[in-house]
Amino acid sequence: MSRAVSPAEQFDDIEQQSGAATFGMWVFLATEVLFFGVLFAAYAYCRVQDPQGFVLASRHTDLLLGGIESVILLLSAAAAAWATALLRRDENRASAALLWCAAGLGALFMALHLYEYWKDYGEGLVPGLRFTYTGLHAQTVERFYALYYAMTLVHLLHLLIGIVLLAFYAREVRRQRIGAAYASPVMCVALYWDFVDMVWIFLFPMLYLLDRS
Amino acid sequence: MPHADSPASFLDTPTGFRSWLLTHDHKRIGILYAIAITAFFFVGGAAAVLIRTELATPQGDVLTADGYNEAFTVHGVVMVWFFLIPSIPSVLGNILLPLMLGARDLAFPRLNLASWYLYALGGIFTIACLIAGGADTGWTFYTPFSTLFSNSNVLLVVVGVFIVGFSSILTGLNFIVTIHRMRAPGMHWFRMPLFAWTMYATSLVMILATPVLSMTLVLIGLERVFGVGIFDPALGGDPLLFQHLFWFYSHPAVYIMVLPAMGVVSEIIPCFVRKRIFGYRFMIYSIMAIAIVGFFVWGHHMFVSGQSMYAGIVFSLLSFVVAIPSAIKVFNWTATLYKGSITFEAPMLYALGFVGLFLLGGLTGLFLAATALDVHLTDTYFVVAHFHYIMVGGAVMAYMGGIHFWWPKVTGRLYPEAWARFAAILMFFGFNFTFLPQFVLGFLGMPRRYHSYDPEFGLLNAFSSGGAAVLATAYLLPLGYLSWSLFYGARSPANPWAATGLEWQTSSPPPTHNFLETPRVDGGPYEYSPSQAEAEAEARA
Repeated sequence: MSRAVSPAEQFDDIEQQSGAATFGMWVFLATEVLFFGVLFAAYAYCRVQDPQGFVLASRHTDLLLGGIESVILLLSAAAAAWATALLRRDENRASAALLWCAAGLGALFMALHLYEYWKDYGEGLVPGLRFTYTGLHAQTVERFYALYYAMTLVHLLHLLIGIVLLAFYAREVRRQRIGAAYASPVMCVALYWDFVDMVWIFLFPMLYLLDRS
Repeated sequence: MPHADSPASFLDTPTGFRSWLLTHDHKRIGILYAIAITAFFFVGGAAAVLIRTELATPQGDVLTADGYNEAFTVHGVVMVWFFLIPSIPSVLGNILLPLMLGARDLAFPRLNLASWYLYALGGIFTIACLIAGGADTGWTFYTPFSTLFSNSNVLLVVVGVFIVGFSSILTGLNFIVTIHRMRAPGMHWFRMPLFAWTMYATSLVMILATPVLSMTLVLIGLERVFGVGIFDPALGGDPLLFQHLFWFYSHPAVYIMVLPAMGVVSEIIPCFVRKRIFGYRFMIYSIMAIAIVGFFVWGHHMFVSGQSMYAGIVFSLLSFVVAIPSAIKVFNWTATLYKGSITFEAPMLYALGFVGLFLLGGLTGLFLAATALDVHLTDTYFVVAHFHYIMVGGAVMAYMGGIHFWWPKVTGRLYPEAWARFAAILMFFGFNFTFLPQFVLGFLGMPRRYHSYDPEFGLLNAFSSGGAAVLATAYLLPLGYLSWSLFYGARSPANPWAATGLEWQTSSPPPTHNFLETPRVDGGPYEYSPSQAEAEAEARA
């Protein structure tokens, strides 16, 4: 059931408010692209300086786990997008279930990734805490892992924020506080969530798939 | 909460301390910003006084070498991030943008308040750094000094700047959405005042450049705390990478400071010339060109850093290109003056001061954009003089002009005109007295960032320090008479300057929701006509 929603006092009508909210999220994502862009630029810069070192380092990442994580995140993004579409058609129950599902898959991704960190720690591949690798290109391998941790930690922070937001809005949708009349908040969270997944789609080949032949 | 049809001004209702600290009203948030940045202006100013006192004589006698490093670091960090960048956008832009667009508020009022609190939080970290003993890296945080060698409180100030960066990102985001979505009926893109256009261009730079600085500061933090080598050559890192990332933000940051200043001047000049601005559309194209090309010139800060010769050539060329739209603007302001009915009220004096000082700052920038000459002038006082002409002579003059121009609008009071004119002239004089000698000092080879220097530079430095004393006085004057006018100034009519902007169509100070009914716009922003000017002249006579 959808009720009439009145706009916030600075807006003329709910269409203007929806437009502002969605557009605001796109502008925010533009900021995010540049925020992550620094890490991508640093990665490119360091990789050009010692390509072999990067290949060597990347062989220490766990391709299988990384692959599973990628699939999980893609499924989660699909769930969030589907939830938005269902909410627009006033199907709050199914929409909330899918939002919970997206949040759950996100949490699973985080758990698997933290397990990877724990494995790295065991192998002595965490710069600054426990780095014991002394083979070829040791300095580059350490830089690779410094970047790996900077990139994936910033990504995980975004993921955590996304999970909290998805869970929060799943509750709101379930309790009918948000409906088809004003679906923008959920739409914005889904946009953000898709962006966070997209970042991983770039991180995965950059960190895991270098010359694995 | 008052309704849109209540005539009470935003200053009067609601009352109480909480109603200010939890306000969603863009005008009140603008005032909160004004108070905060004024406080930081005097913190940064106090550091400037220390610097110029030390440099008054060739011997390093007032401060130790370390103390001097800390003084110019505080001066740079505070003035750049806590005064210049938020000054015009967060104070004047916050207050005026919705009024100029005919909107009731910004698109996201809570986010707007949050950005003020982020500013305050960043400020607390920076002040904490100061209390803990300061940092000595300079505002540029160059690695590996900032990550490996400096024993000062680098991390505190880095956290402070990181946080304040989000304040400016959120302000930029808010402005962009507001300009796209909240314009009154009839307010087309090409009917927007130039000030609104400069807010748009500035916001673009804020949202696209600031995150680069934020992440770079995170990497500094990682390197400093965990000793991982991304920028430090001893660990296999590359300091040039840091410089690229830093200047990718910090060069566009100059346009965050000067574009809004250009916007203010473009509002003031037509009003006191009683003429439409010359070349309105070309003003817009040049605003956007400056914002966009400004992203591709950062390498001119690195001509002597070891970047490739070809990079140097491209960056030099692009730096020359960015001078073209800047020159178009100066020509257009000048052409607006031509055959105008010019009067010299205080805002106009500031605006004219801006045009002159910006011209000098811009032209000396071309000296530095020439790679060969830059090798000679890098890290000398010539650079210091150049960017102070843009950032202080340009941005601060325009900010002062804007404060005076819109003072009656915001406070409903008139400021004392004679005092204001005196302060404006004194500021212009004091500024040139301080910084003109520094061009000569730099050309003669005096390096920056040292607390003592060769005695042969003594005379010009004494001049410069004397000028700084005049300038400091000129900055204190408005603090005095503007505060006075808040309580004792004459009540202002709604539109004391007979200006045409939408912000003058409502009462002064405006009601909480700005307009009693949403205005309809059916003309351009600068409909000043000669006949109107004649009528006003007759009315005065």
